[in-house]
Amino acid sequence: MAFLDRTARAFLLTELVKGMALTFRYSFKKKATINYPYEKGRLSPRFRGEHALRRYANGEERCIACKLCEAICPAQAITIEAEPRADGSRRTTRYDIDMTKCIYCGFCQEACPVDAIVEGPNFEFATETREELMYNKDKLLANGERWEREIAANLAADAPYR
Amino acid sequence: MFLELLIILAKIFAIILPLLLAVAFTTLLDRKVWAMMQLRKGPNVVGPFGLLQPFADGLKLLFKETIIPAGANKGVFLIAPVLTFTLALIAWAVIPFGDGIVLADINVGILYLFAISSLGVYGIIMGGWASNSKYPFLGGLRSAAQMVSYEVSIGFVMVTVLLCVGSLNLNDIVKAQETVWFAIPLFPMFVVFFISALAETNRPPFDLPEAESELVAGFQIEYSSISFALFMLGEYGNIILMSAMTSLLFLGGWQPISLFGLLDWIPGPIWFFAKTFLVLFTFCWVKATVPRYRYDQLMRLGWKVFLPFSLFWLVLTAGFLVTFDLLPVKG
Repeated sequence: MAFLDRTARAFLLTELVKGMALTFRYSFKKKATINYPYEKGRLSPRFRGEHALRRYANGEERCIACKLCEAICPAQAITIEAEPRADGSRRTTRYDIDMTKCIYCGFCQEACPVDAIVEGPNFEFATETREELMYNKDKLLANGERWEREIAANLAADAPYR
Repeated sequence: MFLELLIILAKIFAIILPLLLAVAFTTLLDRKVWAMMQLRKGPNVVGPFGLLQPFADGLKLLFKETIIPAGANKGVFLIAPVLTFTLALIAWAVIPFGDGIVLADINVGILYLFAISSLGVYGIIMGGWASNSKYPFLGGLRSAAQMVSYEVSIGFVMVTVLLCVGSLNLNDIVKAQETVWFAIPLFPMFVVFFISALAETNRPPFDLPEAESELVAGFQIEYSSISFALFMLGEYGNIILMSAMTSLLFLGGWQPISLFGLLDWIPGPIWFFAKTFLVLFTFCWVKATVPRYRYDQLMRLGWKVFLPFSLFWLVLTAGFLVTFDLLPVKG
């Protein structure tokens, strides 16, 4: 009986018909993908994207060159040089991140005591040459200016959980 | 004389140009249906709904460098894709698009089709062999064995249909289905034919010659640029051809769905295209549904299931026709 049953199933293609019906039903379902370059998915406030150096509202750089980020960076992607400025405050003269080394672990922003270095929401920073990925201080500060609104909103949204 | 030649040439172009367009859009249909069933959107950036995608792909291939491997047999290597492509096209000479709308109304039409589709394997085996490389060679061998195996059952299915028609002319075959499409009385044969057609055109679940997870791309590995494009065009041309054959042999070709003559006003070619499109859609649908066969399973299915089954049905049909004295008589 089991043999008959199996043979009948095989010859009547029941499994195949069921499978085909399933895929046909699926073709009318809502698409799981989005139209990427035109539509983008939601990002968590904790998303760790491209780095940025922030400034205070009065325009002063936040970074105090404590080098905690440089110390904690597991990929050793950060290079900092610092000396006192004319007014005696300690500032960086060089703040480089090698984005080809960075593993986007977020330790730098965790280590930062003044919320200066952060990983912003930008993930579309592909370049055509490798050299463009060696970020220097100017580039990082420019990123900070460009993304300040989003970064501040993300930090505020995440603040209750810290 | 000259004028006649010119008219024939014009007819050929009238078939080939829309056919090539159809091939281009079949690649898109394939991808779209596949995407739809996997909950994706599919190509939708080039042109409205991605309609220009095939042309973008074609242009891309055209501008790529043609690479001929150092160890390859140059002549055969270059002829193989041309052969595949040409064979996919010349089969259309005998396909009737409507009542009598056919380039060559020869009385052995189906035999011609069968011969051409059998020759198709040469393009692939030549490409696989001439590449002088391991994967293409294995892919070519697999393909040859597979096509030969499934041609046998396709042959028996065709003979069954021919028994019911009494003519090898494709126009007569379609006309014989005026009352009832052969897909209904010969339903099992219809299924066998469709599945064999999948195997014959190397479509999933029988795409072993190019099984990308084992053979990278089978016989196509060493091909690039326009020669690769010709292989692709030939492959999709064969798919359309097989769909057209399915609709001619089993779905009544250009015959309208009867419905008390309500739909008779729609011209034959439109019916033919609609049916062919339906079969094409099913080709893509199957691709999106089933996983690939293992090679020994493929051979088992071909020789141990389809061959005896189609032979049995052939004998059954012949016996039925003789017993009830229904054998068609043609002058």
